[in-house]
Amino acid sequence: MATPRVIVLRAPGTNCDEETAEAWNLAGARAESWHVGRLLEEPHALDLFQVLTLPGGFSYGDDLGAGRILATHLARGLGDALRRFHDRGGLILGVCNGFQVLVRCGLLPGGEAPCPATLAHNDSGRFEARWVKLLPSPGVSPFVSFDEPLELPVAHGEGRFLLSDPKVLEALDDAGRIVLKYADATGAPTQDYPANPNGSPRAAAGICDATGRIFGLMPHPERFVSPLHHPRWTRLGDALGHEGHGMKIFRGAVAALA
Amino acid sequence: MLWHLDIEPASDQPDSTGLRASQEAVESGLPGPWRIASSRGYLVEGGLTADDLRDAARQVLVDPVVETFRVAPCPAADGPSATVVHVSPKPGVTDPEGESALGLLGDLGFAVEGVRSIRSYRIEGPAEQLPRLIQRVLANDAVDQVVVGPLNLDRLGEGKPYDFALVTVPILAMDDAALVKASKDGQLSLSLAEMRTIQAHFRDQGRDPTDCELETIAQTWSEHCSHKTLRGRIDFDGKPIDNLLKRTIFAATQELDLDWLVSVFSDNAGVVRFDDEYDVCFKVETHNHPSAIDPFGGANTGIGGVIRDALGTGLGSKPICNTDVFCVAPPDLAPDQLPAGVLHPKRVLKGIVAGVRDYGNRMGIPTVNGALAVDPAYLANPLVFCGTVGVLPRGKAFKSVEPGDRIVAIGGRTGRDGIHGATFSSVELTSESESLSGGSVQIGNAITEKMVLDVIVRARDLGLFRALTDCGAGGFSSAVGEMGADLGAVVDLENAPLKYQGLSYTEIWISEAQERMVLAVPPEHWEAFRDLCQMEGVEATDLGEFVATGRLTLRYHGEIVGDLAMDFLHDGRPDVVRSATFTPPPARAIEPPASADFTADLLAILGHWDVCSKEWIVRQYDHEVQARTVVKPLVGEREDGPGDASVILPVVGSHRGLAISCGINPRYGRLDPYAMAGCVIDEAVRNCVAVGADPDRIALLDNFCWGSPERPETLGSLVLAAQACRDLALAYKTPFISGKDSLYNEYSHEGRSLAIPPTLLISAIGQVPDVRRCTTMDFKAAGNRIVVVGETRAEFGGSLFAEARGLEGGVAPRVEPEVGLATFRALHKAIAAGLVRSCHDLSEGGLAVALAESAFAGEIGASVSLRGVPRDAAAATDATLLFAESPSRFLLEVEPKNLEALTATLRGLPFAEIGETTAAHGGPPRLVVEGIDGGRVIDASLDEMAAAWRRPLNW
Repeated sequence: MATPRVIVLRAPGTNCDEETAEAWNLAGARAESWHVGRLLEEPHALDLFQVLTLPGGFSYGDDLGAGRILATHLARGLGDALRRFHDRGGLILGVCNGFQVLVRCGLLPGGEAPCPATLAHNDSGRFEARWVKLLPSPGVSPFVSFDEPLELPVAHGEGRFLLSDPKVLEALDDAGRIVLKYADATGAPTQDYPANPNGSPRAAAGICDATGRIFGLMPHPERFVSPLHHPRWTRLGDALGHEGHGMKIFRGAVAALA
Repeated sequence: MLWHLDIEPASDQPDSTGLRASQEAVESGLPGPWRIASSRGYLVEGGLTADDLRDAARQVLVDPVVETFRVAPCPAADGPSATVVHVSPKPGVTDPEGESALGLLGDLGFAVEGVRSIRSYRIEGPAEQLPRLIQRVLANDAVDQVVVGPLNLDRLGEGKPYDFALVTVPILAMDDAALVKASKDGQLSLSLAEMRTIQAHFRDQGRDPTDCELETIAQTWSEHCSHKTLRGRIDFDGKPIDNLLKRTIFAATQELDLDWLVSVFSDNAGVVRFDDEYDVCFKVETHNHPSAIDPFGGANTGIGGVIRDALGTGLGSKPICNTDVFCVAPPDLAPDQLPAGVLHPKRVLKGIVAGVRDYGNRMGIPTVNGALAVDPAYLANPLVFCGTVGVLPRGKAFKSVEPGDRIVAIGGRTGRDGIHGATFSSVELTSESESLSGGSVQIGNAITEKMVLDVIVRARDLGLFRALTDCGAGGFSSAVGEMGADLGAVVDLENAPLKYQGLSYTEIWISEAQERMVLAVPPEHWEAFRDLCQMEGVEATDLGEFVATGRLTLRYHGEIVGDLAMDFLHDGRPDVVRSATFTPPPARAIEPPASADFTADLLAILGHWDVCSKEWIVRQYDHEVQARTVVKPLVGEREDGPGDASVILPVVGSHRGLAISCGINPRYGRLDPYAMAGCVIDEAVRNCVAVGADPDRIALLDNFCWGSPERPETLGSLVLAAQACRDLALAYKTPFISGKDSLYNEYSHEGRSLAIPPTLLISAIGQVPDVRRCTTMDFKAAGNRIVVVGETRAEFGGSLFAEARGLEGGVAPRVEPEVGLATFRALHKAIAAGLVRSCHDLSEGGLAVALAESAFAGEIGASVSLRGVPRDAAAATDATLLFAESPSRFLLEVEPKNLEALTATLRGLPFAEIGETTAAHGGPPRLVVEGIDGGRVIDASLDEMAAAWRRPLNW
């Protein structure tokens, strides 16, 4: 099987594009960074890729709300191309601001008549950079194909995942589509701060669409690709293994495309 | 038509802005009771209808889940709404939300001409306190406009067209008094001697200067840009010193002559070699005066400015981490103690933290190191230091400008922002500063700068330009003036893109609008450069040409508005001559108290602002973006322990790292500026070495913040500090590579002057050969040996123990350079060999604080005895051994199997094994310390120590 090609889309204010591309490369894919302006000019270029990634940052300054402006440009200029990309089996990953973009342009939670959704301000009222434990729910999304809890950093001010109809969130949960949940020290999903850093109901940290191929999450898997990225590596030593937990997400996607 | 789109939190959502405002009102001494409901929104001007705006609101301006909105016409109908307060940026103040809304609504086809963001507050509370609520909590006079009651605006009012008229300043005819007045009225901050020199120069030319020429000279000659005090002549108690900087700090670097230095004191940042392929650069700047007036905006543009310094170093570096150090008055100051025109220190600290957070996070640069120093004398003059480290490929550290190169400006547009920043930062603040100088506060827009960063790194790799620098203080004036200093330049000012109409040619030239860089682009690359900028959405403008005339020629629509000889501009300033003197404060010995239980002292020191947990600050900063941070600022079992230094990886795929640390101590500065400077250098180096940096690859930066150098005692203390920098840099072989001074940190009010204590920030950038050997300060396991390295002396002067006990005087700690250097080298060897399980430096609060921090960070107890702690004869008391702050000391945790090897490595140095790490014994783990005579002098649970340490900044 050929090496999967990944397009990492950057916009003004995107700032996690380099390390995200690096993580894909480490996982055995071939990542290219594209400016959104270029893709808007040639939407068909998307056909060259198997994975689209929207990395973290503050696209267009988040001036009108996190991810709003980029989402508007994508929906207006790339709506058809994205649908085609998804229909032919392409994978879409949105990390942090990228997740916010996917929610704002209706790709998550997705579906025919998407229920309005948002990533609202953290309950703490401020930006939070800290590490969290995440409970996976494997089997639905190729990005989450592992059972063991992950540790990853979050760094955001707006990460509380809300749907205008709370029943839809329950349905998402029942369908196993809240594929990553903030967990407490025992590994159980939690609403308690700071283990749940933003107050997301149902401890939602990452969700996918009905096909599992569109996946968005607030934590940053690209920031834990080496054991040295872990905040306690000087305590844990070899117990961390030879690579960071974030790699499981990238490797899962690459394996699914193989 | 002007519309107000008012956006409220939905009924089931918390109104955190409103709640925060109520809370801050109470903290600001306005007890209320308050009920404040907030909303955000936009003022939208244009031909669109209310229905259009509702449509736009639903599409892009309002959150569909957590917000509701309404649209109302302006001016609003009158109503009994006197308790509604609307706050929006003043016309001309940078308003990213407004600008983005304007752009996107335009893209979507709405008929919109102008948009400004607005916040509204519906207030229930005592009416007589409302004006103070607005002033202290809701708005900042310097940048905001406030409407109380109905919104009675009918348009946004973004400036009127400018009618050109050349202005000359008739200085030829002025007598001395008139010259002084002209300087003061024009906010030029030029001395009489300088005004006379300018007068003589123009007399030779047979004409008066234009306003633009005079402004250019004032900015180039300002203390901020030319550092005339430290580069001038100083008479120090009868001994002449010519150019203090050159004789102390530069001299040490020159004498050390180290082969890993690449570019020092000549560019926007100092550059050192990192590995075979890359160099790294580091710069730390202050942004004190603007931060006193508008903490958020000041700190915001402070970090934005220093990032541009790194970006504008050599042919451009990629910023890879930021630092921030703040000096403020005690945040728990009683509100009625505030002098007029001064913001409360808690508001100042919250504002500057928010300003750094906003800019650094948006730039995607991890903020990894910082410090907080609290002293009442910072009340009117808070200090804000921001630093940036950049990485650049080897061979890109130097720039040149050739005749014919285009002068190209990129990034943000030019507005009236920050006019007079360079000269304003060179004068004292007064109680009127807030109203007089509002215009010199700038507001940043980080995304514009991020786009500039993206363009510059790409254009550098394509070789599209020959030189670049940032527009900082002085704007185009200093950027073009500096780049063309050896050559000459012709600038067509009307080419500069403006934020709004109405700017005069002089305002265009001296504006300090943010996010702008100037480049020298060879004409053959201009097209490719412009296309690259366009692709990235960055505005690039050809402003003129570098020419070999030796003159700086400014034109406005073809008319010459300024024509200055470069050599007069850069070398014509008369030397500043100042006198300096120093009389040490009268010696007052501190008698250490008799042995007792010192647990309460330890808890008090752990709760001191300088020592306490900074987690509230650190977690608001993204300190891991770019995935380089391998030793975080917070370490230990709960990831909240106070790391000595952070370590980052500049080069992907390599394990060679950079340790970033700092040292600052105003308390020592008051007692003994020479000793203080030595101690803060030692602290910065110590912190770096503690995590694993090689002491033979550490470079330093200096930032001197002092009061008025026109007072001889103040300048005398600065001279001593600079001499200490020279002496210790030489002894430690740690070269200075860059620095910056900020003088006149004084505040005058009703004839009384309040100056800051002598404050020297030393920042260190150290290289770690292999980050996999890095150590952190948290105890790792029970049953390990605890070793203290370094000698403890009876040095209580300026210590936190003295402050906690109210003891005045004492001797400030002194560095013993030979022992210090030998200690650093031996310790590095031990760490690199993997012999050290944890390492923490001893600083404020001495051994006791280091033990407590290592213990609670690791959630591991410790049991130690003071008996063996290396000390001099005078230090034989428990209080001294626990709390004295002698430099060059470390606390190590060592596995028993490595003790012998460690002993061999440290042979010849003062060190001793003093105890062991312990597990919990039928209760939570404890720190237990026995005194010299075997009695318990400290016995505390880790929880109570950690609680005391977390409490102060638990906001």
